[in-house]
Amino acid sequence: MAAGRLARTMAHFWMILGALIVAFPIYYVFIASTHSVQTILRPPLPLLPGPEAAANYGEAFSGGVARIGGVSVWRLLGNTTLIALGIAIGKIVISMASAYAIVFFRFPLRMACFWLIFVTLMLPVEVRIQPTYKVMVDLGLIDTYGGLILPLIASATATLLFRQFFMTIPDELLEAARVDGAGPWRFFKDILWPLSLTNVAAIFVIQFIYGWTQYLWPLLVTNSNEMNTIVIALRKMISFADADTPWNLVMVTSVLAILPPILVVVLMQRWFVKGLVETEK
Amino acid sequence: MRRTVFPHKLLPWLLLAPQLAITLVFFYWPAAQAFRQSVMKEDPFGLSSAFVGLANFRKVLSDPNYLNAVQVTAVFSLLVAVSALGIALFLAVKAETIIRGKGFYRTLLIWPYAVAPAVAGMLWLFMFNPSFGTLAWPLRQLGIDWNPLLQGGDAMALVVAAATWKQISYNVLFFIAGLQAIPRSLLEASAIDGASRRHAFWTIVFPLLAPTTFFLLVVNTVYALFDTFGIIHAVTGGGPGKSTETLVYKVYNDGFVNLIMGDSAAQSVILMVIVIALTAFQFRFIERRVHYA
Repeated sequence: MAAGRLARTMAHFWMILGALIVAFPIYYVFIASTHSVQTILRPPLPLLPGPEAAANYGEAFSGGVARIGGVSVWRLLGNTTLIALGIAIGKIVISMASAYAIVFFRFPLRMACFWLIFVTLMLPVEVRIQPTYKVMVDLGLIDTYGGLILPLIASATATLLFRQFFMTIPDELLEAARVDGAGPWRFFKDILWPLSLTNVAAIFVIQFIYGWTQYLWPLLVTNSNEMNTIVIALRKMISFADADTPWNLVMVTSVLAILPPILVVVLMQRWFVKGLVETEK
Repeated sequence: MRRTVFPHKLLPWLLLAPQLAITLVFFYWPAAQAFRQSVMKEDPFGLSSAFVGLANFRKVLSDPNYLNAVQVTAVFSLLVAVSALGIALFLAVKAETIIRGKGFYRTLLIWPYAVAPAVAGMLWLFMFNPSFGTLAWPLRQLGIDWNPLLQGGDAMALVVAAATWKQISYNVLFFIAGLQAIPRSLLEASAIDGASRRHAFWTIVFPLLAPTTFFLLVVNTVYALFDTFGIIHAVTGGGPGKSTETLVYKVYNDGFVNLIMGDSAAQSVILMVIVIALTAFQFRFIERRVHYA
């Protein structure tokens, strides 16, 4: 848009204001994590980092969080990382496999399989909470990593995206590969996989965030503290009624709960934006 | 249509097997169970059940608590969708005016996308809780009786703010992509004709952005209905006094905490119908857009 100097300056003003408001809650919790409980409990909180950063983070990592939540912060981060990676990688593997089958083979009921996968878009966990829980109990998957990961790796969106991408691969490429005697595995490994890397990276970022931020599902299928994700553990640590809540450690845990996914989004921003805008469209 | 394919007959089934198995076990089977339970009545010990037709639906739909949840959900979703779309559109339009530093602002704006809804709710609760919230403090100094833990309206305002905050990132990225797709020549032509920037926005940009806005409206509604469960559960627990009890929170509460199976299943089926309607709407609409493009 042909904008004058004044309009551009105003635009910068609004963007700075918007960015400040959007980033403030994250900045706030980071600042709070560097102050003592006494400072946190006496509003307003200073706007600059305090002197207690080393003490708070040291205490959180050396058993402070375990005293409140019953499980160490290492274990929480480990659980959450494992679940997020398991969901992201699992989704990529099974949706690439099914998209590959649907696009590069002809077999009876091919489109029926496609629709079967597609319709799962309309069945989010929230609409089938109780019966899904019962399936988990029957299969003995409560409080297991399998139970936390498996049901979440079926993904219509990732399958759709890979299918769409595979369909753009020219016929000539497959013909040439087959003339050279390449079977399905060779064709996938040497030709399709290298071409898919950008899409894989994009889906990985989106699904890692999806896995890391899960809430309802871990809440349903875990009872033991040992299996908590960091988000669930954080929720359990918070009590406004309890005067003894160590808010400094709560703030440290909050920072640890939001930092890894933020780093993934910011560092892999190019693929993130591509993944988001292209998968959903 | 692809002409060349591999001739294997068994291999494709093996490739599809994991996805189909997970889909059938964790999606279709439970969904079918939800339908079955919604027309059955179980005794409190779960020992026997009897077919009751639509009785569960009649009961749910005449339950004042359910109607309250419908109303809460409608208010909540509307406020979240409208504010998240409005703020994001405003920021995206401003970002497009800027030549330098666009990338820097975008980086700052996408952070909330990575924050779990439940954590987003807790961050806002830290800032606005009545006992030590830094931003609740000035409200109290001004004499405003702010207490989201005790007053329904305040609680609603807090969860709406947290849910909106989290969704702005997503919307901004889509609006920026949508704005970049608008042909510059149209805007230049209107500038030559002497149209003001505001006029150009409402007569050219906004109508051309309609497909993006509609798409985001559906996505934001689905988000407000389902993905905000974490915010409600972590911040208010549906309270105070059911003032923030949304439909999804109520399904969870009835089926999982209060263990009223038939009611909960009937509520699940109603939610399923809502999702199917929204998804169908979204795809019909996307089809049309592809057609015009």
